[in-house]
Amino acid sequence: MMPRRICLAIVTLSGLSSVSAQAADIQITIDKMVYAPAEATAKVGDTIEWVNKDILAHTATAKTNDWDVTIAPNKTVRMVLKKSGEVDYHCKFHPNMNGHVTVGN
Amino acid sequence: MLIRLMTALAAVGLMSGAAFAQAKLTDPQIAHIAYTAGQLDIEAAKQALAKSKNKDVRAFADDMVRDHTAVNKQALALVDKLKVKPEDNATSQSLTKQADAKRADLAKLDGAAFDKAYVDNEVAYHKTVNGALETQLIPSANNGELKSLLQTGLKIFQGHEQHAEMVDGKLK
Repeated sequence: MMPRRICLAIVTLSGLSSVSAQAADIQITIDKMVYAPAEATAKVGDTIEWVNKDILAHTATAKTNDWDVTIAPNKTVRMVLKKSGEVDYHCKFHPNMNGHVTVGN
Repeated sequence: MLIRLMTALAAVGLMSGAAFAQAKLTDPQIAHIAYTAGQLDIEAAKQALAKSKNKDVRAFADDMVRDHTAVNKQALALVDKLKVKPEDNATSQSLTKQADAKRADLAKLDGAAFDKAYVDNEVAYHKTVNGALETQLIPSANNGELKSLLQTGLKIFQGHEQHAEMVDGKLK
C-alpha cells in the first residue's frame, strides 16, 4: 500500500511530463527567407512551433499585434494561439517575409 | 529642401551608375563585391549606433550589423570550401570610396538630420546593391553554390530595403 502523498506526486509528475512532451499542433519552418507553410489553419489553444533553419534571426509578428515572437538562428520557439481570427503576419526584420494563420474557435 | 532633394537624387544617380560599370565579373570578384557590400553596411550601421538616439534607427542599425555579419560569415565559409580567393576589383573599390565619402558627410550631422540622412542612404544603397545582384552578380556567377548564396542574399537585402523604407516613412 503506497502512502497517498507519494502516489499523488507520481501522478502529478507524469501529468507534467506528458504536457511538455506533447507535439505542437502546427509546425511552421523558416528556410531561406520563406515561412512554410505560408498559409496555416489552427484552433484557439493550439501550439505553433516556429522552426528557424536560416542563419539569421527572424520574427513572426502578427499585424493585429496579438503576437510577436523572435526566433534566433537554428532555434525553435513555441507559441500558443489565444485568439481566433484571420491573422496576417510578417518578419519585423525582413518585411518581405509574409504568412497567414486562420485561427478557428 | 529642394537642394536636399537634388543632392539625394544626384547621390543615387552616382551610386547606381558608377560603381557597377565594370565588365563581366569572375566568381572571385563577385565574392569580393558581395562581402565588401556587406562590410560597408556594417560600418555605416556602427556609425549610426554611435550617433543616433532614435529607437527605430538604432533597431534597424542593429539588424544591419547582425544580418550582414551572419551572411558574411556564411560567404567566407563558402569561399573557403570552394577554395575561391576573393579578388579585389574596381567595383569593390568604387563602393568603398563612395561609402567612405558618405560616412564623412554623415559625420558632420547630428540628431534628426543624421537619422534622416542615414536611413535615406540605406534605402538608396540597398536599392543599388539589390539591382546589381539581380542584373549582374547573380547572372554572372558561375558556381552554383555561390549563385544560391547570392540569391538568398538578395531576398535578405530586399527585406532590408523594405525595413529601411518603413523606418524612413516614420522620420520626417
